[in-house]
Amino acid sequence: MADAVSLRQRYGEDAAIYAGGTELLLAMKLGIARWPHLIDIKPIDQLRRVAATKDLLRIGATVTHWELERDPVVAKALPALARLEANVANIRVRAAGTLAGNLAFAEPHADPPALLVALGARVVLESAAGSRTLLVGEFITGMYQTALGPGELIVAIEIPLPARDVRMAYVKFKVLERPSLAVAAVATIRDGRFVGAPSVVIGAVDEVPRAVPTADFASADVRDPRTAEALAEAARAAVDPSDDLAGSADYKRHLVGVFVQRALGSLIAGAA
Amino acid sequence: MARREIGLRLNGSNRRIEVEDQVLLIDLVRSLGLVGTKLSCDTQVCGACTVLLDGRPVSSCTTLAIEADGRAVETIEGLADAGAPGRAPKLHPLQQAFIDRFAFQCGYCTPGMIMAAKALLDERPHPDAAAIQHWMEGNICRCTGYQTIVEAVLDAADRSRRLP
Ligand SMILES: Cc1cc2nc3c(=O)[nH]c(=O)nc-3n(C[C@H](O)[C@H](O)[C@H](O)COP(=O)(O)OP(=O)(O)OC[C@H]3O[C@@H](n4cnc5c(N)ncnc54)[C@H](O)[C@@H]3O)c2cc1C
Repeated sequence: MADAVSLRQRYGEDAAIYAGGTELLLAMKLGIARWPHLIDIKPIDQLRRVAATKDLLRIGATVTHWELERDPVVAKALPALARLEANVANIRVRAAGTLAGNLAFAEPHADPPALLVALGARVVLESAAGSRTLLVGEFITGMYQTALGPGELIVAIEIPLPARDVRMAYVKFKVLERPSLAVAAVATIRDGRFVGAPSVVIGAVDEVPRAVPTADFASADVRDPRTAEALAEAARAAVDPSDDLAGSADYKRHLVGVFVQRALGSLIAGAA
Repeated sequence: MARREIGLRLNGSNRRIEVEDQVLLIDLVRSLGLVGTKLSCDTQVCGACTVLLDGRPVSSCTTLAIEADGRAVETIEGLADAGAPGRAPKLHPLQQAFIDRFAFQCGYCTPGMIMAAKALLDERPHPDAAAIQHWMEGNICRCTGYQTIVEAVLDAADRSRRLP
């Protein structure tokens, strides 16, 4: 670990951190990116661990999608993440690609960021100067842009574990390889009403995951069709899509509403 | 570019090979005559280049050869049993099922399909059709329409069940 940090310090912009390589090697093969040096972090033992306490799940930086999909600790502590991971990309990308690499690359058409932002997850960064922790929502600053400093690397992702009665939903729409749209919703529902405001985050539509303002929905009746429509409207208003291969801006805005309603349906149907 | 010697277990035999750092696993195995592994999309979408690295399916087109150091690599050539001298090799149940079920036409995607399916059956010997479809989603075939491929994997799972 100390070696990785000092290599990062020594080479700065002349080196890239190399984990699964599913994005990095593609970019290098296409000639979009060139690095004289790669710093392979996979041999570092402490980055391979997944551990949970009562209220925190900590995922080391080299843990792959494949491992998260199968990890008994994740399955128990955060089954919604295990399900999400089982549907990222394809088996080969899951076998090699890491969660930290996914966040560090900050490709907007990604699965994990929406759920991680909805859960208030953080990335733990380390450099020669020490370590700091950022919310995933602060770490991802734009399309392929993050707050990662030139001397830093992600060492872990920390996810606060919600209370047992918190429900989670993650739904996505995909026409190409990666999600065109993703909705993560986290909420407590008691006696047919939200307890506090639900957390709803739209992924893959804008350059960064977009949290829907939901303060007005505290205690809303979850089965009232007006709740579903108002939540869909709030989500449509929160995003700023553009026309691209995944569809026109209008089409995507429409789908955001549809998928927010599906996520709500799944929250209502789902066990806590 | 730096060169280094790596040690790997390739289709069951230990090998020491000198490779340059930037060489891809697909180019390494093909340069050793194992040309069943095919290059197609070159972006990890199609699965034609699938090989198993310590049992896990990877796109050999986007995996550095040096990743194989200290690990086991399996390619399509490693599946059939060599058989007794003078006898034809005995195909792996997946290979035989792909033939019997007409699960290929041009055959270009087949080595990758079979390697992906092998990883599945190694982990889950008796998957249902839905599990096979989910697992094989990232292996593209432009000829067969997939149905016969799913049937072949189901069939292979069934044959292994009947093995002594
Ligand atoms: C065909 C295909 C389909 C895909 N589909 C999906 C999908 O459906 N959903 C989805 O979410 N994603 C998808 N992806 C993206 C995939 O999830 C990511 O590619 C993968 O998780 C990236 O991790 P990696 O370990 O391979 O990163 P690498 O390729 O090794 O690195 C990616 C970038 O992150 C940096 N980096 C890596 N680790 C660290 C670290 N610890 N600290 C600092 N920087 C680091 C690297 O320097 C590089 O810039 C797809 C990718 C492909 C190729």
